[in-house]
Amino acid sequence: MALTLMEGNEAIGWGARAAGCNFFAGYPITPATTIYNTMLKLLPPEGGVCLQGEDEIASIGYCLGASMAGMKAMTATSGPGISLYSEQISFSIGSEIPIVIVDVQRLGPSTGSATKGADGDIQFLRWGNSGGQPMIVLAPVDVIDCVVLTMEAFNLAERYRCPVFVAVNKEISMTRETIDLDRLILPEIRERRIAASDRPFLPFGATADRPVPDFLPIGGDRLVRQTSSTHGPNGYITTDPAVIAENQDRLMNKITSAVDQFTFFDEIESPGTDTLVISYGVTARAAKAAVGHLSQTGTPTALLILKTLWPVPEALLVEKAQDFKKIVVIEMNLGQYVHEIQRVLHDKEITFYGQMNGELITPDQIEEVVING
Amino acid sequence: MDSLLNTERPPVFCPGCAHDKVVDALDKTFQTMGLTGDQVVIVSDIGCSGLFDTFFNTHAFHGLHGRALTYAIGLKMARPELNVIVTMGDGGLGIGGAHVLSTCRRNIDLTLLVLNNFNYGMTGGQCSSTTPQDARVGSGFLNRLEKPIDLCLVAGAAGAGFVSRASAYAADLPENLEKAIRFNGFSIVDIWGVCPGRYTRRNKLTPQMIDESLAKLPPLDDLVASNAREEYGSHYRQEASRLTPALPPIRIEAEHTPPVNGRQEVVILGSAGQRIVTAGELLCLAGATAGLHASQKNDYPITVLRGHSISEVIVSDDEVGYTGIAQPSVVIALAPEGVAKRKKMLAGLSEDTLVIKAEDVDLPPCRAVIVEADFKAKKIKSQDRALAALALMAAQDNVLTMGMLKSALALRFKAAVLEMAMGVVERATA
Repeated sequence: MALTLMEGNEAIGWGARAAGCNFFAGYPITPATTIYNTMLKLLPPEGGVCLQGEDEIASIGYCLGASMAGMKAMTATSGPGISLYSEQISFSIGSEIPIVIVDVQRLGPSTGSATKGADGDIQFLRWGNSGGQPMIVLAPVDVIDCVVLTMEAFNLAERYRCPVFVAVNKEISMTRETIDLDRLILPEIRERRIAASDRPFLPFGATADRPVPDFLPIGGDRLVRQTSSTHGPNGYITTDPAVIAENQDRLMNKITSAVDQFTFFDEIESPGTDTLVISYGVTARAAKAAVGHLSQTGTPTALLILKTLWPVPEALLVEKAQDFKKIVVIEMNLGQYVHEIQRVLHDKEITFYGQMNGELITPDQIEEVVING
Repeated sequence: MDSLLNTERPPVFCPGCAHDKVVDALDKTFQTMGLTGDQVVIVSDIGCSGLFDTFFNTHAFHGLHGRALTYAIGLKMARPELNVIVTMGDGGLGIGGAHVLSTCRRNIDLTLLVLNNFNYGMTGGQCSSTTPQDARVGSGFLNRLEKPIDLCLVAGAAGAGFVSRASAYAADLPENLEKAIRFNGFSIVDIWGVCPGRYTRRNKLTPQMIDESLAKLPPLDDLVASNAREEYGSHYRQEASRLTPALPPIRIEAEHTPPVNGRQEVVILGSAGQRIVTAGELLCLAGATAGLHASQKNDYPITVLRGHSISEVIVSDDEVGYTGIAQPSVVIALAPEGVAKRKKMLAGLSEDTLVIKAEDVDLPPCRAVIVEADFKAKKIKSQDRALAALALMAAQDNVLTMGMLKSALALRFKAAVLEMAMGVVERATA
């Protein structure tokens, strides 16, 4: 065994590189800046590009341009930057431009506290775009996840031609921890599907069994159209309600129908209990400690750690919760994802505990909630 | 060469719109330059100028209002061989002003055509950043209060290597556009024209008046001559080619036996400049040299040279789960700034905690075992106190051993710095 000391943000950078990322642009912001620092160290010497935008809007815009030219692009920011990204994120969704976006969450609202953690953006990441199409959001728990889920994020962005969020927390991103790199199981790298050269090319051409359009890069031999406007398969503006509806349905279904293929989670099973704790992100670490201690002290408790937050892995939730009466949801905000749990597990008794003061929720607090409700 | 106009989608501008003239001139330019559609991308944004990409059989990228330059930069960095033509109106110029300025500073090889018709045509003729103060527009009196911008002067001041003013009706517009496209750097052509749908319904503006106005403006040659310099993309690649690839992350093999088992929590309380974060990192590295897992959480204000600095380290034979600290095995108290931030924790300590306290630091009442360190007597400077405290812990085999500490120092420092660090360890434990 050999250990490497690495903070979450560095791990995200190395994960991106392992996934084939060759373009990064960002605007410095605590607590995401060290991702930019890492990419600046990694990409340019290897022929990649790392740029510092004049602002967040520019940074993600560079990425969208580079992605359409065929590069694998990532950007990283925190809540204030995600706010500025919003319109470009909507573009990336509607016009199917692959990109990985890291949100290192810090305590909001607004500029909030630059150096305090929170998971306050969880609903914002889902709904902070115009049009309301689904988003993929992955939530790392530790440095290992920062490597692996960043790679998965690239694979999903390429496969489904969409933005993918890595929703991390300052408390993971700027915390150093040891990791055994040799024991990491890295996912296989996937690339976007390139259009066949012997058939006519439609930039947004799709079929029922191939709902994700084939890709060709802008700048290649065959002409490519990209547009943020409502478009038909040929990439030109359309006002035809039937074409519009078909495209909207496809954008939704290509993501929601596939969630079973990227439902990442972890769990601690515990026989003889009627209580299941559900958590995610850095809080899952406290939940794990709490559940371990509870089980040792005569209150067996099970734990489900969600790593795919959006689209909501409904099948997983139903399956994992079926043997439990009581569900305890813990998150580092004043109650966001619990609404999804309540929606999916509407026949269960659901207790919520959250906190938003810049401090980690402690295992003791979680134990208290499990025991006393 | 053939025209690159998309015959299936002819321009749809209002009759008399100046944009038609620019479409034709741009097509002539492409033909003169012998460009094929796959060698060109037209990047556009919102408004009437945003229709440009549909009229040509080239690559096309139509995006958000004011942001066309951002996509263009990504495209050009990815595909240096591509001719990237950006169109925007005076609307895009205003809303994306920051991108225009920074692209001027950058001198990346793009060509920006500003289709300047002095108002927002598509939304009802409101004032833009170029609307004259005496014009009558859809924004009531508001344009009378704001001075219009002279794009070329601003772009020149921001570092653009090529700026040019033109009338959409000028016979030499294709030649002007060709010069801009051939320029190896960022080029801007500010193209003045008439918006019959909105602007000239209430204002008199003719091609002749445009010529007269342009003739009165100061020349731009001197302004841009001083901006001549290397193109951004090639300069970037040249600089990058001289960089050394990053070394892979360091893998630390276990070479020591840890002095204790279980989870050990250490809190270092100090102030900015005391190398608190470095000491925390050293403690993690020391743990790794004994095969221990470790985590480090730091707390300091954004003014990194003033105020508290706190590092919370956990070393453990298991993987570290929860990274918070409630009952540390050791607290190192080196400066009042750090102590003040953790009063509550200090008050709650039990007899099981050892506090190593600098002689000149006061602690609130606490039940922990307190050991005082007289760093001054040992000639240990403020910035070396944290390392010296680790040495004191190592001398007692508390959390780490001297072997672990020395291995950590060898991982973290080299040459003269390592020697100085070893000197601090020796003085602290002498």
